[in-house]
Amino acid sequence: MIRFENVSKTYPNQARPALREMSLEIERGEFVFVIGSSGSGKSTFMRLILREERPTTGRVVVAGKDLNKLSNWKLPHHRRLIGTVFQDFRLLPNKTVYQNVAFALEVIGRPKGQIVKVVPEVLELVGLAGKEERMPNELSGGEQQRVAVARAFVNRPMILIADEPTGNLDPETSVGIMKLLDRINRTGTTVVMVTHDQAIVNQMRKRVLELDQGTLVRDQARGVYGYVR
Amino acid sequence: MRVQYVLQEIGQGLRRNLTMVIAVIVSTAVALVMLGSGLLMWQQTLHMQDYWYGKVEVSVFMCNQEEVGKYPNCQTAITDAQKQTIHDTLIRTPHVQTVTYENQLQAFQHYQQMEAGSALAQDSTVNDMQDSFRVKLDDPNNANIVEGAVGGLPGVQSVQDEQQLLKPLFTFIHIAEYTAVSVAAIMLVLAFLLIFNTVRLSAFSRRRETGIMRLVGASNFYIQMPFLLEGAVAGLAGGVAASVILIGVKAFFINHVVAPHLASVQFIGWSPFAWIVPSLLIVGVLMSVLASAFTLRKYLRV
Repeated sequence: MIRFENVSKTYPNQARPALREMSLEIERGEFVFVIGSSGSGKSTFMRLILREERPTTGRVVVAGKDLNKLSNWKLPHHRRLIGTVFQDFRLLPNKTVYQNVAFALEVIGRPKGQIVKVVPEVLELVGLAGKEERMPNELSGGEQQRVAVARAFVNRPMILIADEPTGNLDPETSVGIMKLLDRINRTGTTVVMVTHDQAIVNQMRKRVLELDQGTLVRDQARGVYGYVR
Repeated sequence: MRVQYVLQEIGQGLRRNLTMVIAVIVSTAVALVMLGSGLLMWQQTLHMQDYWYGKVEVSVFMCNQEEVGKYPNCQTAITDAQKQTIHDTLIRTPHVQTVTYENQLQAFQHYQQMEAGSALAQDSTVNDMQDSFRVKLDDPNNANIVEGAVGGLPGVQSVQDEQQLLKPLFTFIHIAEYTAVSVAAIMLVLAFLLIFNTVRLSAFSRRRETGIMRLVGASNFYIQMPFLLEGAVAGLAGGVAASVILIGVKAFFINHVVAPHLASVQFIGWSPFAWIVPSLLIVGVLMSVLASAFTLRKYLRV
Protein backbone atom coordinates (compact mmCIF):
# COMPACT_ATOMS: atom_id res chain seq x y z
CA MET A 1 0.00 0.00 0.00
CA ILE A 2 2.82 2.40 0.92
CA ARG A 3 6.38 1.73 -0.23
CA PHE A 4 9.47 3.87 0.34
CA GLU A 5 12.50 3.04 -1.81
CA ASN A 6 15.74 4.67 -0.64
CA VAL A 7 13.93 7.90 0.07
CA SER A 8 15.97 10.91 1.16
CA LYS A 9 14.61 14.37 1.69
CA THR A 10 16.70 17.48 2.19
CA TYR A 11 14.89 20.79 2.54
CA PRO A 12 16.35 23.78 0.73
CA ASN A 13 18.97 25.69 2.74
CA GLN A 14 19.40 22.86 5.23
CA ALA A 15 22.54 20.81 5.48
CA ARG A 16 21.13 17.82 7.37
CA PRO A 17 18.59 15.69 5.50
CA ALA A 18 15.17 15.37 7.17
CA LEU A 19 14.97 11.76 5.96
CA ARG A 20 17.92 9.59 5.04
CA GLU A 21 17.81 6.57 2.71
CA MET A 22 14.54 5.26 4.07
CA SER A 23 13.17 1.99 2.69
CA LEU A 24 10.07 0.29 4.02
CA GLU A 25 6.78 -1.24 2.99
CA ILE A 26 3.39 -0.99 4.66
CA GLU A 27 0.85 -3.59 3.56
CA ARG A 28 -2.83 -3.05 2.94
CA GLY A 29 -4.81 -3.19 6.19
CA GLU A 30 -1.81 -2.77 8.50
CA PHE A 31 -1.81 -0.61 11.62
CA VAL A 32 1.52 1.16 12.03
CA PHE A 33 2.85 3.48 14.72
CA VAL A 34 5.53 5.98 13.78
CA ILE A 35 7.49 7.17 16.80
CA GLY A 36 10.53 9.34 17.36
CA SER A 37 11.50 12.59 19.03
CA SER A 38 10.75 16.00 17.54
CA GLY A 39 12.77 16.62 14.38
CA SER A 40 13.24 12.92 13.73
CA GLY A 41 11.47 13.15 10.36
CA LYS A 42 7.97 11.92 11.25
CA SER A 43 6.25 14.92 9.71
CA THR A 44 8.35 14.68 6.56
CA PHE A 45 7.42 11.00 6.33
CA MET A 46 3.72 11.89 6.34
CA ARG A 47 4.10 14.83 4.00
CA LEU A 48 5.81 12.54 1.50
CA ILE A 49 2.89 10.10 1.59
CA LEU A 50 0.43 12.95 1.01
CA ARG A 51 2.83 14.32 -1.60
CA GLU A 52 2.91 17.69 0.05
CA GLU A 53 6.64 17.25 -0.48
CA ARG A 54 8.60 15.35 -3.10
CA PRO A 55 11.60 13.23 -2.15
CA THR A 56 15.03 14.60 -3.02
CA THR A 57 16.06 11.10 -4.12
CA GLY A 58 14.29 7.75 -4.14
CA ARG A 59 10.69 6.77 -4.80
CA VAL A 60 7.48 6.84 -2.81
CA VAL A 61 4.82 4.45 -4.12
CA VAL A 62 1.27 4.71 -2.71
CA ALA A 63 -1.52 2.39 -3.87
CA GLY A 64 0.63 1.27 -6.77
CA LYS A 65 1.33 4.82 -8.02
CA ASP A 66 4.80 6.35 -8.13
CA LEU A 67 4.25 9.78 -6.58
CA ASN A 68 7.23 11.22 -8.47
CA LYS A 69 5.31 10.62 -11.68
CA LEU A 70 1.99 11.92 -10.38
CA SER A 71 0.99 15.14 -12.14
CA ASN A 72 -0.31 18.07 -10.12
CA TRP A 73 -3.52 17.67 -11.98
CA LYS A 74 -4.09 14.19 -10.51
CA LEU A 75 -2.96 15.17 -7.03
CA PRO A 76 -6.49 15.77 -5.66
CA HIS A 77 -7.44 12.22 -6.68
CA HIS A 78 -4.41 10.89 -4.84
CA ARG A 79 -5.43 12.78 -1.69
CA ARG A 80 -8.92 11.27 -1.87
CA LEU A 81 -7.31 7.89 -1.17
CA ILE A 82 -5.98 9.19 2.12
CA GLY A 83 -7.84 10.47 5.16
CA THR A 84 -5.97 12.73 7.55
CA VAL A 85 -6.45 13.46 11.26
CA PHE A 86 -4.46 16.05 13.21
CA GLN A 87 -3.62 16.77 16.80
CA ASP A 88 -5.50 20.11 16.62
CA PHE A 89 -8.63 18.61 14.98
CA ARG A 90 -8.85 21.36 12.31
CA LEU A 91 -12.62 21.61 12.29
CA LEU A 92 -14.39 24.60 10.72
CA PRO A 93 -15.68 26.57 13.73
CA ASN A 94 -18.65 28.10 11.90
CA LYS A 95 -20.06 24.79 10.71
CA THR A 96 -22.01 22.17 12.64
CA VAL A 97 -20.75 18.63 13.19
CA TYR A 98 -22.86 17.43 10.27
CA GLN A 99 -21.70 20.28 8.01
CA ASN A 100 -18.05 19.70 8.88
CA VAL A 101 -18.28 16.09 7.76
CA ALA A 102 -20.48 16.86 4.75
CA PHE A 103 -18.00 19.58 3.66
CA ALA A 104 -15.41 16.91 2.85
CA LEU A 105 -17.83 15.32 0.38
CA GLU A 106 -19.30 18.54 -1.01
CA VAL A 107 -15.95 19.91 -2.07
CA ILE A 108 -15.10 16.82 -4.04
CA GLY A 109 -18.39 17.14 -5.87
CA ARG A 110 -20.35 14.22 -4.36
CA PRO A 111 -24.09 14.27 -5.07
CA LYS A 112 -26.40 15.51 -2.33
CA GLY A 113 -28.25 12.20 -2.10
CA GLN A 114 -25.09 10.33 -1.28
CA ILE A 115 -24.02 12.90 1.33
CA VAL A 116 -27.34 12.71 3.15
CA LYS A 117 -26.95 8.94 3.30
CA VAL A 118 -23.32 8.46 4.32
CA VAL A 119 -22.74 11.31 6.78
CA PRO A 120 -25.17 9.96 9.43
CA GLU A 121 -23.65 6.49 8.93
CA VAL A 122 -20.13 7.67 9.66
CA LEU A 123 -21.29 9.83 12.60
CA GLU A 124 -22.92 6.69 14.00
CA LEU A 125 -19.66 4.78 13.49
CA VAL A 126 -17.62 7.34 15.47
CA GLY A 127 -20.25 7.49 18.21
CA LEU A 128 -21.63 10.96 17.59
CA ALA A 129 -25.17 10.03 16.59
CA GLY A 130 -27.54 12.70 17.91
CA LYS A 131 -24.89 15.45 17.97
CA GLU A 132 -25.18 16.39 14.28
CA GLU A 133 -26.32 19.96 14.93
CA ARG A 134 -23.72 20.84 17.60
CA MET A 135 -21.05 23.41 16.87
CA PRO A 136 -17.43 22.33 17.43
CA ASN A 137 -16.98 24.68 20.42
CA GLU A 138 -19.87 22.89 22.17
CA LEU A 139 -18.02 19.57 22.06
CA SER A 140 -15.31 18.07 24.26
CA GLY A 141 -11.84 17.51 22.81
CA GLY A 142 -12.51 13.79 22.37
CA GLU A 143 -15.75 14.50 20.56
CA GLN A 144 -14.09 17.06 18.32
CA GLN A 145 -11.46 14.50 17.40
CA ARG A 146 -14.22 12.01 16.58
CA VAL A 147 -15.69 14.57 14.19
CA ALA A 148 -12.27 14.92 12.59
CA VAL A 149 -11.99 11.13 12.26
CA ALA A 150 -15.47 11.01 10.76
CA ARG A 151 -14.49 13.67 8.23
CA ALA A 152 -11.30 11.80 7.34
CA PHE A 153 -13.12 8.49 6.97
CA VAL A 154 -16.42 9.55 5.38
CA ASN A 155 -15.01 9.13 1.88
CA ARG A 156 -13.82 5.59 2.81
CA PRO A 157 -10.13 6.21 2.07
CA MET A 158 -7.71 3.31 1.67
CA ILE A 159 -5.26 4.92 4.08
CA LEU A 160 -5.85 6.91 7.26
CA ILE A 161 -2.99 9.06 8.50
CA ALA A 162 -3.24 10.30 12.08
CA ASP A 163 -0.74 12.86 13.30
CA GLU A 164 -0.68 12.59 17.11
CA PRO A 165 -4.46 12.25 17.25
CA THR A 166 -4.38 11.83 21.04
CA GLY A 167 -1.81 14.54 21.70
CA ASN A 168 -4.39 16.98 23.11
CA LEU A 169 -6.53 14.43 24.92
CA ASP A 170 -6.50 12.87 28.38
CA PRO A 171 -5.59 9.15 28.62
CA GLU A 172 -9.15 7.95 29.02
CA THR A 173 -10.43 9.85 25.99
CA SER A 174 -7.37 8.72 24.07
CA VAL A 175 -8.34 5.10 24.60
CA GLY A 176 -11.71 5.88 23.02
CA ILE A 177 -10.06 7.39 19.97
CA MET A 178 -7.69 4.40 19.71
CA LYS A 179 -10.63 2.01 19.79
CA LEU A 180 -12.20 4.01 17.02
CA LEU A 181 -9.03 3.90 14.90
CA ASP A 182 -8.80 0.16 15.58
CA ARG A 183 -12.36 -0.29 14.39
CA ILE A 184 -11.59 1.65 11.22
CA ASN A 185 -8.48 -0.49 10.73
CA ARG A 186 -10.61 -3.62 10.92
CA THR A 187 -12.66 -2.42 7.93
CA GLY A 188 -9.47 -2.92 5.90
CA THR A 189 -8.19 0.62 6.03
CA THR A 190 -4.45 1.02 6.45
CA VAL A 191 -3.77 3.23 9.49
CA VAL A 192 -0.51 5.13 9.95
CA MET A 193 -0.36 6.90 13.30
CA VAL A 194 2.36 9.24 14.49
CA THR A 195 2.46 9.39 18.26
CA HIS A 196 4.43 10.16 21.41
CA ASP A 197 2.02 8.27 23.63
CA GLN A 198 3.97 5.37 25.17
CA ALA A 199 0.98 3.80 26.94
CA ILE A 200 -0.97 3.50 23.71
CA VAL A 201 1.89 1.97 21.74
CA ASN A 202 2.64 -0.50 24.48
CA GLN A 203 -1.01 -1.44 24.81
CA MET A 204 -1.82 -1.93 21.16
CA ARG A 205 1.18 -4.10 20.24
CA LYS A 206 1.15 -3.10 16.61
CA ARG A 207 4.00 -2.58 14.17
CA VAL A 208 6.33 0.23 15.29
CA LEU A 209 8.57 2.34 13.08
CA GLU A 210 11.06 4.43 15.03
CA LEU A 211 12.83 7.38 13.43
CA ASP A 212 15.90 9.08 14.78
CA GLN A 213 17.41 12.09 13.05
CA GLY A 214 15.90 11.12 9.74
CA THR A 215 16.94 7.46 9.86
CA LEU A 216 14.70 4.46 10.35
CA VAL A 217 16.30 2.83 13.42
CA ARG A 218 13.65 0.30 14.27
CA ASP A 219 10.93 -1.62 12.44
CA GLN A 220 9.34 -4.07 14.84
CA ALA A 221 6.30 -6.21 14.16
CA ARG A 222 4.65 -6.19 17.61
CA GLY A 223 6.61 -3.40 19.15
CA VAL A 224 6.55 -1.30 22.26
CA TYR A 225 7.60 2.28 22.87
CA GLY A 226 11.07 2.89 24.31
CA TYR A 227 14.36 1.47 23.30
CA VAL A 228 14.86 -2.26 23.17
CA ARG A 229 18.60 -2.75 23.21
CA MET B 1 -20.11 22.10 -8.51
CA ARG B 2 -22.84 23.62 -6.39
CA VAL B 3 -23.92 27.05 -7.56
CA GLN B 4 -25.27 27.92 -4.15
CA TYR B 5 -21.99 27.08 -2.42
CA VAL B 6 -20.01 29.19 -4.90
CA LEU B 7 -22.36 32.18 -4.65
CA GLN B 8 -22.28 31.99 -0.87
CA GLU B 9 -18.48 31.90 -0.85
CA ILE B 10 -18.26 34.90 -3.21
CA GLY B 11 -20.71 36.88 -1.09
CA GLN B 12 -18.77 36.09 2.08
CA GLY B 13 -15.44 36.88 0.48
CA LEU B 14 -16.62 40.22 -0.89
CA ARG B 15 -18.15 41.23 2.45
CA ARG B 16 -15.11 40.16 4.44
CA ASN B 17 -12.76 42.41 2.47
CA LEU B 18 -15.25 45.16 1.75
CA THR B 19 -12.78 48.05 1.94
CA MET B 20 -10.28 46.34 -0.33
CA VAL B 21 -13.01 45.34 -2.77
CA ILE B 22 -14.19 48.96 -2.96
CA ALA B 23 -10.61 50.06 -3.62
CA VAL B 24 -10.36 47.48 -6.42
CA ILE B 25 -13.65 48.60 -7.98
CA VAL B 26 -12.73 52.30 -7.83
CA SER B 27 -9.24 51.88 -9.26
CA THR B 28 -10.48 49.52 -11.96
CA ALA B 29 -13.22 52.02 -12.81
CA VAL B 30 -10.75 54.93 -13.03
CA ALA B 31 -8.39 52.86 -15.17
CA LEU B 32 -11.21 51.89 -17.50
CA VAL B 33 -12.58 55.45 -17.67
CA MET B 34 -9.14 56.55 -18.84
CA LEU B 35 -8.91 53.71 -21.32
CA GLY B 36 -12.42 54.47 -22.54
CA SER B 37 -11.71 58.19 -22.94
CA GLY B 38 -8.58 57.37 -24.91
CA LEU B 39 -10.60 55.16 -27.23
CA LEU B 40 -13.35 57.77 -27.56
CA MET B 41 -10.85 60.52 -28.38
CA TRP B 42 -9.32 58.26 -30.98
CA GLN B 43 -12.78 57.76 -32.48
CA GLN B 44 -13.31 61.52 -32.28
CA THR B 45 -10.16 62.27 -34.29
CA LEU B 46 -11.09 59.64 -36.90
CA HIS B 47 -14.53 61.19 -37.13
CA MET B 48 -13.15 64.72 -37.46
CA GLN B 49 -10.60 63.58 -40.02
CA ASP B 50 -13.36 62.08 -42.11
CA TYR B 51 -15.37 65.26 -41.85
CA TRP B 52 -12.61 67.81 -42.38
CA TYR B 53 -10.54 65.90 -44.83
CA GLY B 54 -13.64 65.59 -46.98
CA LYS B 55 -13.67 69.34 -47.19
CA VAL B 56 -10.04 70.38 -47.32
CA GLU B 57 -8.48 71.24 -50.65
CA VAL B 58 -5.14 72.27 -51.98
CA SER B 59 -5.24 75.78 -53.42
CA VAL B 60 -2.96 76.78 -56.26
CA PHE B 61 -2.82 80.58 -56.22
CA MET B 62 -1.76 82.33 -59.39
CA CYS B 63 0.04 85.65 -59.88
CA ASN B 64 -2.03 88.82 -60.06
CA GLN B 65 -0.81 92.18 -61.30
CA GLU B 66 0.51 93.32 -57.92
CA GLU B 67 2.72 90.30 -57.39
CA VAL B 68 4.72 90.62 -60.59
CA GLY B 69 8.42 90.51 -59.75
CA LYS B 70 7.83 89.73 -56.05
CA TYR B 71 7.76 85.96 -56.53
CA PRO B 72 10.13 83.90 -58.70
CA ASN B 73 7.38 82.47 -60.94
CA CYS B 74 5.56 85.77 -61.30
CA GLN B 75 7.29 87.36 -64.33
CA THR B 76 3.92 88.66 -65.52
CA ALA B 77 0.36 88.43 -64.33
CA ILE B 78 -1.10 85.06 -65.17
CA THR B 79 -1.86 84.49 -68.84
CA ASP B 80 -4.50 82.23 -70.33
CA ALA B 81 -1.81 79.97 -71.82
CA GLN B 82 -0.17 79.57 -68.38
CA LYS B 83 -3.58 78.78 -66.82
CA GLN B 84 -4.14 76.13 -69.42
CA THR B 85 -0.74 74.53 -68.76
CA ILE B 86 -1.30 74.53 -65.00
CA HIS B 87 -4.78 73.08 -65.41
CA ASP B 88 -3.56 70.32 -67.75
CA THR B 89 -0.68 69.47 -65.40
CA LEU B 90 -3.06 69.26 -62.43
CA ILE B 91 -5.44 67.00 -64.33
CA ARG B 92 -2.59 64.61 -65.15
CA THR B 93 -1.24 64.55 -61.58
CA PRO B 94 -1.99 61.28 -59.75
CA HIS B 95 -4.40 61.35 -56.72
CA VAL B 96 -6.11 64.49 -58.07
CA GLN B 97 -9.86 64.02 -58.15
CA THR B 98 -11.33 67.35 -59.26
CA VAL B 99 -9.93 70.71 -60.26
CA THR B 100 -12.13 73.79 -60.05
CA TYR B 101 -11.25 77.27 -61.17
CA GLU B 102 -11.98 80.35 -59.08
CA ASN B 103 -11.42 83.74 -60.68
CA GLN B 104 -10.63 87.04 -58.97
CA LEU B 105 -14.25 88.12 -58.90
CA GLN B 106 -15.51 84.92 -57.27
CA ALA B 107 -12.65 85.06 -54.79
CA PHE B 108 -13.58 88.64 -53.97
CA GLN B 109 -17.22 87.72 -53.37
CA HIS B 110 -16.26 84.82 -51.09
CA TYR B 111 -13.89 87.05 -49.21
CA GLN B 112 -16.50 89.76 -48.73
CA GLN B 113 -18.93 87.16 -47.40
CA MET B 114 -16.49 85.63 -44.97
CA GLU B 115 -15.02 88.86 -43.67
CA ALA B 116 -18.22 90.88 -43.90
CA GLY B 117 -18.02 94.14 -41.95
CA SER B 118 -14.29 94.02 -41.26
CA ALA B 119 -12.04 96.94 -42.22
CA LEU B 120 -9.88 94.62 -44.28
CA ALA B 121 -12.82 93.56 -46.44
CA GLN B 122 -13.88 97.16 -47.02
CA ASP B 123 -10.42 98.22 -48.13
CA SER B 124 -9.79 95.35 -50.52
CA THR B 125 -10.61 95.43 -54.21
CA VAL B 126 -11.18 92.76 -56.83
CA ASN B 127 -7.63 93.25 -58.05
CA ASP B 128 -6.18 92.29 -54.66
CA MET B 129 -7.63 88.81 -55.14
CA GLN B 130 -5.96 85.99 -56.97
CA ASP B 131 -7.12 83.53 -59.57
CA SER B 132 -6.79 80.03 -58.19
CA PHE B 133 -7.36 76.35 -58.86
CA ARG B 134 -9.03 74.43 -56.02
CA VAL B 135 -7.72 70.89 -56.17
CA LYS B 136 -9.49 68.01 -54.44
CA LEU B 137 -7.40 64.91 -53.70
CA ASP B 138 -8.43 61.32 -53.00
CA ASP B 139 -6.33 61.53 -49.81
CA PRO B 140 -5.40 64.92 -48.32
CA ASN B 141 -2.09 63.46 -47.14
CA ASN B 142 -0.87 63.54 -50.74
CA ALA B 143 -0.88 67.34 -50.87
CA ASN B 144 2.86 67.61 -51.50
CA ILE B 145 2.41 65.89 -54.87
CA VAL B 146 0.46 68.92 -56.09
CA GLU B 147 3.17 71.23 -54.79
CA GLY B 148 5.76 69.16 -56.66
CA ALA B 149 3.77 69.08 -59.89
CA VAL B 150 2.85 72.72 -60.33
CA GLY B 151 4.82 74.61 -57.67
CA GLY B 152 7.55 75.53 -60.17
CA LEU B 153 5.39 76.43 -63.17
CA PRO B 154 5.37 80.03 -64.39
CA GLY B 155 2.36 81.95 -63.14
CA VAL B 156 2.03 79.99 -59.85
CA GLN B 157 2.42 82.28 -56.87
CA SER B 158 2.00 79.67 -54.14
CA VAL B 159 0.48 76.30 -53.31
CA GLN B 160 -1.37 76.14 -50.03
CA ASP B 161 -2.39 72.94 -48.25
CA GLU B 162 -5.40 73.59 -46.01
CA GLN B 163 -4.68 70.41 -44.10
CA GLN B 164 -1.70 72.21 -42.53
CA LEU B 165 -4.15 74.57 -40.85
CA LEU B 166 -5.87 71.65 -39.07
CA LYS B 167 -2.64 69.98 -37.91
CA PRO B 168 -2.35 71.75 -34.51
CA LEU B 169 -5.89 70.75 -33.57
CA PHE B 170 -5.29 67.09 -34.37
CA THR B 171 -1.92 67.15 -32.60
CA PHE B 172 -3.65 68.46 -29.48
CA ILE B 173 -6.29 65.73 -29.54
CA HIS B 174 -3.67 63.04 -30.13
CA ILE B 175 -1.66 64.24 -27.12
CA ALA B 176 -4.80 64.08 -24.96
CA GLU B 177 -5.52 60.61 -26.32
CA TYR B 178 -2.03 59.27 -25.53
CA THR B 179 -2.11 60.88 -22.09
CA ALA B 180 -5.40 59.16 -21.28
CA VAL B 181 -4.12 55.79 -22.45
CA SER B 182 -0.87 56.19 -20.44
CA VAL B 183 -2.81 57.08 -17.31
CA ALA B 184 -5.01 54.06 -18.01
CA ALA B 185 -1.92 51.82 -18.18
CA ILE B 186 -0.63 53.14 -14.85
CA MET B 187 -4.05 52.76 -13.25
CA LEU B 188 -4.34 49.20 -14.56
CA VAL B 189 -1.05 48.35 -12.86
CA LEU B 190 -2.39 49.90 -9.66
CA ALA B 191 -5.63 47.93 -9.98
CA PHE B 192 -3.61 44.75 -10.58
CA LEU B 193 -1.62 45.30 -7.38
CA LEU B 194 -4.78 46.01 -5.40
CA ILE B 195 -6.43 42.85 -6.68
CA PHE B 196 -3.27 40.92 -5.85
CA ASN B 197 -3.46 42.17 -2.28
CA THR B 198 -7.20 41.63 -1.95
CA VAL B 199 -7.06 38.06 -3.16
CA ARG B 200 -4.10 37.41 -0.88
CA LEU B 201 -6.08 38.66 2.11
CA SER B 202 -9.06 36.65 1.00
CA ALA B 203 -6.97 33.49 0.61
CA PHE B 204 -5.44 34.10 4.02
CA SER B 205 -8.75 34.58 5.79
CA ARG B 206 -10.04 31.37 4.21
CA ARG B 207 -6.90 29.31 4.69
CA ARG B 208 -8.64 26.95 7.13
CA GLU B 209 -11.28 25.99 4.58
CA THR B 210 -8.87 25.76 1.67
CA GLY B 211 -6.43 23.71 3.77
CA ILE B 212 -9.14 21.15 4.49
CA MET B 213 -10.31 21.19 0.89
CA ARG B 214 -6.78 20.40 -0.20
CA LEU B 215 -6.49 17.55 2.29
CA VAL B 216 -9.73 15.86 1.33
CA GLY B 217 -8.79 16.11 -2.34
CA ALA B 218 -10.91 18.95 -3.74
CA SER B 219 -9.75 19.90 -7.21
CA ASN B 220 -7.78 23.10 -7.71
CA PHE B 221 -10.59 24.43 -9.83
CA TYR B 222 -13.08 23.94 -7.02
CA ILE B 223 -10.76 25.56 -4.48
CA GLN B 224 -9.84 28.53 -6.65
CA MET B 225 -13.22 29.18 -8.28
CA PRO B 226 -14.68 31.38 -5.52
CA PHE B 227 -11.55 33.56 -5.51
CA LEU B 228 -11.53 33.94 -9.28
CA LEU B 229 -15.22 34.78 -9.36
CA GLU B 230 -14.72 37.26 -6.55
CA GLY B 231 -12.14 39.03 -8.70
CA ALA B 232 -14.41 38.81 -11.74
CA VAL B 233 -17.32 40.38 -9.85
CA ALA B 234 -15.13 43.27 -8.66
CA GLY B 235 -13.70 43.75 -12.17
CA LEU B 236 -17.16 43.68 -13.70
CA ALA B 237 -18.38 46.25 -11.17
CA GLY B 238 -15.43 48.48 -12.11
CA GLY B 239 -16.26 48.09 -15.81
CA VAL B 240 -19.92 48.93 -15.26
CA ALA B 241 -18.99 52.00 -13.19
CA ALA B 242 -16.57 53.17 -15.89
CA SER B 243 -19.19 52.71 -18.62
CA VAL B 244 -21.80 54.62 -16.63
CA ILE B 245 -19.33 57.48 -16.06
CA LEU B 246 -18.37 57.68 -19.75
CA ILE B 247 -21.98 57.56 -20.93
CA GLY B 248 -22.85 60.23 -18.35
CA VAL B 249 -20.03 62.50 -19.49
CA LYS B 250 -21.09 62.11 -23.11
CA ALA B 251 -24.81 62.58 -22.41
CA PHE B 252 -24.61 65.57 -20.09
CA PHE B 253 -21.23 67.24 -20.42
CA ILE B 254 -20.43 66.84 -24.12
CA ASN B 255 -23.94 66.91 -25.56
CA HIS B 256 -25.40 69.62 -23.35
CA VAL B 257 -22.50 71.78 -22.23
CA VAL B 258 -19.66 71.56 -24.75
CA ALA B 259 -21.39 70.85 -28.06
CA PRO B 260 -23.66 73.96 -28.06
CA HIS B 261 -20.55 76.16 -27.68
CA LEU B 262 -18.46 74.38 -30.27
CA ALA B 263 -20.80 74.19 -33.22
CA SER B 264 -17.90 73.86 -35.66
CA VAL B 265 -16.68 70.59 -34.10
CA GLN B 266 -18.47 67.45 -35.18
CA PHE B 267 -18.78 65.28 -32.07
CA ILE B 268 -19.08 61.51 -32.35
CA GLY B 269 -22.45 59.92 -31.81
CA TRP B 270 -23.31 56.90 -29.67
CA SER B 271 -22.20 54.24 -32.13
CA PRO B 272 -18.60 53.77 -30.76
CA PHE B 273 -20.10 52.99 -27.34
CA ALA B 274 -21.55 49.83 -28.84
CA TRP B 275 -18.07 48.29 -28.85
CA ILE B 276 -16.24 50.43 -26.27
CA VAL B 277 -18.58 49.52 -23.39
CA PRO B 278 -18.33 45.74 -23.96
CA SER B 279 -14.55 46.11 -24.36
CA LEU B 280 -14.28 47.90 -21.02
CA LEU B 281 -16.34 45.20 -19.30
CA ILE B 282 -14.20 42.46 -20.85
CA VAL B 283 -10.94 44.22 -19.96
CA GLY B 284 -12.16 44.76 -16.38
CA VAL B 285 -13.16 41.13 -15.88
CA LEU B 286 -10.15 39.65 -17.69
CA MET B 287 -7.66 41.82 -15.84
CA SER B 288 -9.03 40.98 -12.42
CA VAL B 289 -9.37 37.27 -13.20
CA LEU B 290 -5.76 37.20 -14.44
CA ALA B 291 -4.58 39.09 -11.35
CA SER B 292 -6.49 36.67 -9.10
CA ALA B 293 -5.14 33.61 -10.91
CA PHE B 294 -1.62 35.01 -10.65
CA THR B 295 -2.04 35.57 -6.90
CA LEU B 296 -3.54 32.14 -6.33
CA ARG B 297 -0.61 30.48 -8.07
CA LYS B 298 1.58 32.06 -5.41
CA TYR B 299 -0.58 31.78 -2.30
CA LEU B 300 -2.80 28.78 -2.84
CA ARG B 301 -0.44 26.07 -3.94
CA VAL B 302 -1.42 22.44 -3.89
